[in-house]
Amino acid sequence: MVPIAYYLVLAAVLFCIGVAAFLFKRNIITIFMSIELMLNAVNLTFVAFAHQWHQINGQIFVFFVMVVAAAEAAVGLAIIIALFRVRQTLNVDQVNLLKN
Amino acid sequence: MNPNLLWLIPTLPFAGFLLNGTLGRRLPRPAVATIALLFTLAPALLVAELWGFMKSVGAPLTLSTASHPWIAVSGLSFDFAFSVDHLTLIMLGVVTGVGFLIHLYSVGYMAHEEGYWRYFAYLNLFMFFMLVLVLSSNFLLLFVGWEGVGLASYLLIGFYFTKDSAANAGKKAFIVNRIGDFGFLLAMFLLVAHYGSLSFDSVFAQISATHLSGGFITAIALLLVVGATGKSAQIPLYVWLPDAMEGPTPVSALIHAATMVTAGIYMIARCHVLFDHAPAALVVVAIIGALTAIFAATIGMVQHDIKRVLAYSTISQLGYMFLACGVGAYSAGIFHLMTHAFFKALLFLAAGSVIHALGGEQDMRKMGGLRTKIPITFWTMSAGVFAIAGIYPLSGFFSKDEILFQVFSRGGAFYILLWFVGLVTAGLTSFYMFRLWFKTFFGEPYSAGHGPSLTPDLHAAHRAAVHARHDTTLVLEAEPEPHGVHESPPMMTFPLVILAALAIIGGWVGIPFALGGQNEFEHFLHPVFHPTPAGQTQFYPEFVSGGATELLLALVSLLTAGAGIYFAWLLYYRKPGEATRIAELNPATRMAYKLLDHKYWVDEIYQRGIVLPLLGVSRFLLNGLVETGIVQGSAWLLGEGAVGLNWLVRRVQSGNIRSYAGWLALGAACVIVIVLFGYHPLLH
Repeated sequence: MVPIAYYLVLAAVLFCIGVAAFLFKRNIITIFMSIELMLNAVNLTFVAFAHQWHQINGQIFVFFVMVVAAAEAAVGLAIIIALFRVRQTLNVDQVNLLKN
Repeated sequence: MNPNLLWLIPTLPFAGFLLNGTLGRRLPRPAVATIALLFTLAPALLVAELWGFMKSVGAPLTLSTASHPWIAVSGLSFDFAFSVDHLTLIMLGVVTGVGFLIHLYSVGYMAHEEGYWRYFAYLNLFMFFMLVLVLSSNFLLLFVGWEGVGLASYLLIGFYFTKDSAANAGKKAFIVNRIGDFGFLLAMFLLVAHYGSLSFDSVFAQISATHLSGGFITAIALLLVVGATGKSAQIPLYVWLPDAMEGPTPVSALIHAATMVTAGIYMIARCHVLFDHAPAALVVVAIIGALTAIFAATIGMVQHDIKRVLAYSTISQLGYMFLACGVGAYSAGIFHLMTHAFFKALLFLAAGSVIHALGGEQDMRKMGGLRTKIPITFWTMSAGVFAIAGIYPLSGFFSKDEILFQVFSRGGAFYILLWFVGLVTAGLTSFYMFRLWFKTFFGEPYSAGHGPSLTPDLHAAHRAAVHARHDTTLVLEAEPEPHGVHESPPMMTFPLVILAALAIIGGWVGIPFALGGQNEFEHFLHPVFHPTPAGQTQFYPEFVSGGATELLLALVSLLTAGAGIYFAWLLYYRKPGEATRIAELNPATRMAYKLLDHKYWVDEIYQRGIVLPLLGVSRFLLNGLVETGIVQGSAWLLGEGAVGLNWLVRRVQSGNIRSYAGWLALGAACVIVIVLFGYHPLLH
């Protein structure tokens, strides 16, 4: 049996990659993907712990997260398309109309 | 008589002050005047009633109101109480009587002035505080009145506050008086510390019981003297009184001649028990009095402003009263206080009438020949001039002679010297008063042609300003310009006549035995200054006549006064211009004249020696270091610190989502590090 630490380390690595991508990438689609990556890293820990402690709660929680993530992806992609139509760019550094 | 009626005496003028002070602006002038007059007449009538009661057979020597607890802290308690004895009675008579006459005069004198309601409100306020001062039965309440009359005096000196000199004179009076009041306060602190009370009865009983005449009582007495020199304009704090003449003339008469400035003498007389146990302090009082008397008299000889002559004369006469107190002759001092109130109020009011007649002219060099133009003013002022010069049988003769006799009869070279100084002062007094008299009423007639075009004084300037500012109805109300010399209205001459009568006969209550009188005045005050122990009937000694000595002294002082009159007549009537020739005769006389003309440069010396160094210290230390450095500096530092902090914090809130996320990640990382490796109490 694979020890739980492996799953957790993998989840941590995935999460860190997600965070790093979120911080350093400028393309809004990449940022979106990195958010998905972080969510899935969390999902992995939920599943791992649910398996470890023989509790179903964690697995059910994962379904909720996936549903929310799907909804978020639908809304998010719609926004991105609308944004692209207006600004002709996906670079978030140039989408700063509200900043000043 | 119910002693609680005493509360009414000061309260009535205060009610007048409140009425005129709050509603006066909207009331017509006659209403303002009526309020002011009624609320001073009523206490005068009450005082008259009180006189009748206190003089009646079997009346108590002191009448006290119930005392109300006022301040009570840790074992000390100060009461709010009034009491009346014969000394207070005389002060009450002078304050309410002369006060009412001057109110009456003011109605005419101020008729065309702006701020009519303000003037009468202040005047009533003054009456209130002055009555509190004389009625008080303890030091603390006396001090309240003492400060209050100072306030009223300040407000009235600066009545024409748009004029710089008037505003400055008010400030000067207030600040100089603060120095004296500081002494008074220290004296009260010492009294509280040592006797645990400020009530006259308690303190004086303790002092006479101990028969202790150490340095402690002397220190208290000297501090009280400091207070008295401020209020009563004695050396070295007399400098405010001449400047106080910037106020309206009736104010000079009431506050700066008849009543307020005598508060110092009243206070010393009131504390006679204390002073009797401090002979050293009494000697100081006598020296200050004699010095001030002759010093101010010499300055008065060369002044040209009619009110300034009277101001220096007042200082000089107050010096006499100090001198009397200094030799322990308190009743002689109070006697002179009373007669002086009559004739000096008269002189000021008459001078006001002269100024009024000349449309605001105060310079005696521009007066003359007014004898026939304003006869009532002339005759009444003559009564005042003869009275102050000490001509028999006017009031000033008896009171001044009583003082000189008392000083002389103390014996010893020192007191003979003081007597001599007093005598010379008497000669100087009659000289400068007759100089004023001759210059104003005799000689070259004052021609109406150069009346209004003369250099106007504050009064005229102010009046012109009022006219300019106001509508034409006021101008029409005023005398037609250029107005000729004219006698004042009856509203003003009536008080003059009454005061002239008092100045003539006021001294007859104190005719000494040597001149065939009964010296009733001293007899009347005897219970105050020589109280007998409780339970015994008041002891009145057989007053002995001063005999030949007293007669001789009276003759000498009459001759001195006569000499003063003769020289004034010679220099200012027979040979006008002779005085100027003498002043220019040789370098010595020139120097002497210059010295007097510049009032011994006292103001300048004070300015250089005290005011400027103090100002320098204030500017450098208080304004420069404390105000700019510490107060402003700390405020600046706070502001700049906030700006700096905000500059720093502003960087964080960039609006860049990813930088927020970065901070968030960093924070989360920190939390994880702390949870994994750090020690913290919540988890253990």
